[in-house]
Amino acid sequence: MQTTATSAFPTRNTVIPFGPQHPVLPEPLQLRLVLEDERVVEALPAIGYCHRGLEKIAEKKDFIQNVYLVERICGICSFMHSLTYCQGIEELMKVDVPSRAKHLRVVWAELHRMHSHLLFLGLVSDAFGFENLFMQLWRVREHILEIMEKTAGARIMLSVCSIGGVRRDLDDGQMAEVLRVLDRVEHELEEILPTLMNDYSVRQRLCGVGLLSPDKAHDLGAVGPTARASGIPMDHRQTGYAAYGDLGGVTPVTETAGDCYARIMIRVRELHQSAEFVRKAIQKIPAGPIAVPVKGNPDGEVLVRMEQPRGELIFYIKGNGTRNLERFRARTPTFANLPALLHMLPGCQLADVPVIILSIDPCISCTER
Amino acid sequence: MFTLIGNIVRCLFRKPVTRLYPVEVKPAVAGCRGQLHIRIEECIFCGACQRRCPANAITVGKQPKSWTLDPYRCIVCGYCVEVCPKKCLVMRPEHFKP
Ligand code: SF4
Ligand code: SF4
Repeated sequence: MQTTATSAFPTRNTVIPFGPQHPVLPEPLQLRLVLEDERVVEALPAIGYCHRGLEKIAEKKDFIQNVYLVERICGICSFMHSLTYCQGIEELMKVDVPSRAKHLRVVWAELHRMHSHLLFLGLVSDAFGFENLFMQLWRVREHILEIMEKTAGARIMLSVCSIGGVRRDLDDGQMAEVLRVLDRVEHELEEILPTLMNDYSVRQRLCGVGLLSPDKAHDLGAVGPTARASGIPMDHRQTGYAAYGDLGGVTPVTETAGDCYARIMIRVRELHQSAEFVRKAIQKIPAGPIAVPVKGNPDGEVLVRMEQPRGELIFYIKGNGTRNLERFRARTPTFANLPALLHMLPGCQLADVPVIILSIDPCISCTER
Repeated sequence: MFTLIGNIVRCLFRKPVTRLYPVEVKPAVAGCRGQLHIRIEECIFCGACQRRCPANAITVGKQPKSWTLDPYRCIVCGYCVEVCPKKCLVMRPEHFKP
């Protein structure tokens, strides 16, 4: 901790380096908080603690190996990254993915969204000091991880998406089991979520904290649940990629308050929305092949966008007709949400900082790749 | 205010959800990608697995014939299993023990 009295901060301000190691931060992000007593007047970000040079490695590996590489951009939304990448390459190579594969992609993508949101709700409960809720939510999340292990062969790094389709099929028994697990998860959440939504102490910690107005959310380029909590109906699943178009389209879940409570409510409501999508996808899944063979190499450039649990993910892929890509670039949702976060922090109390930071569900390993 | 009471009471009488690892190990799930295994007598040392492995975990030697896996590099993606022409690579569900 240091005390400064520079011309930039005329009063005696305290600067607290919040992070990169901090009990509430799951990943290394540093925010230098300039405080006036207990009130934050400015937050200065410092990122770059876990840069892995993934974009450069992607130029060295061939474009099929990259599926497994981009999956490792982020541990929590691994399937979404591989799905986005595969959709990009498929667009470049004009591959027509079988409908069954598209439905299976939706099943795994939405299961991933559910486990990511449960992870987030657990972490944020821990951040405002409700450790019991944290454990309950993570116990429920375990059911989803187990069903992913049974269906895809791994708990987190599914590696089931491939260029041209998916690598595994689900039989009727597995689909029935997925549905059973969803029912069980929703049943268990029925008991836990009312506490998160209605408890007096939870509301005291969250309502009116970290406000982001719709105009500011738009101007600062907020994406995903952070934007939707401020009333911006923006969800890239509306574009109908994978099988979302066939499943009746997506109506974005929105809230209007723009505070931490609204951002958490978005996730709570999206849990049910995702469960519904998995059910619909399993109900409507057509018979047929799960992948088509892909010949040749990608040539040309493409920009793919997709809705991740944290918001809009953008991949830029440029191929040059060889097995290696010429350029690969990823813009992840947390990076887009950081300006909004820096706008929310000034004016808040130091004790609210952990909750506000977690309310955008920061994922620093994607941000820095 | 007391919405979690029922849950707390039930948790008092239930056995723990967590396991006492490593005393109690989770049974392997069928179909899970746990660790890579080779039936070396069927391998023709063609090197396809080495060329395709995204993590450079496999080294195939032609003279003398050898096939080695670095289990700490392997990301258990299963790509090598798909490309092996002799289908002598298999994914076992038990996880690699350090
Ligand atoms: S691809 Fe199969 S046959 Fe060829 S070297 Fe590897 S394990 Fe042996
Ligand atoms: S499973 Fe994947 S990482 Fe492991 S050796 Fe095979 S190709 Fe390489």
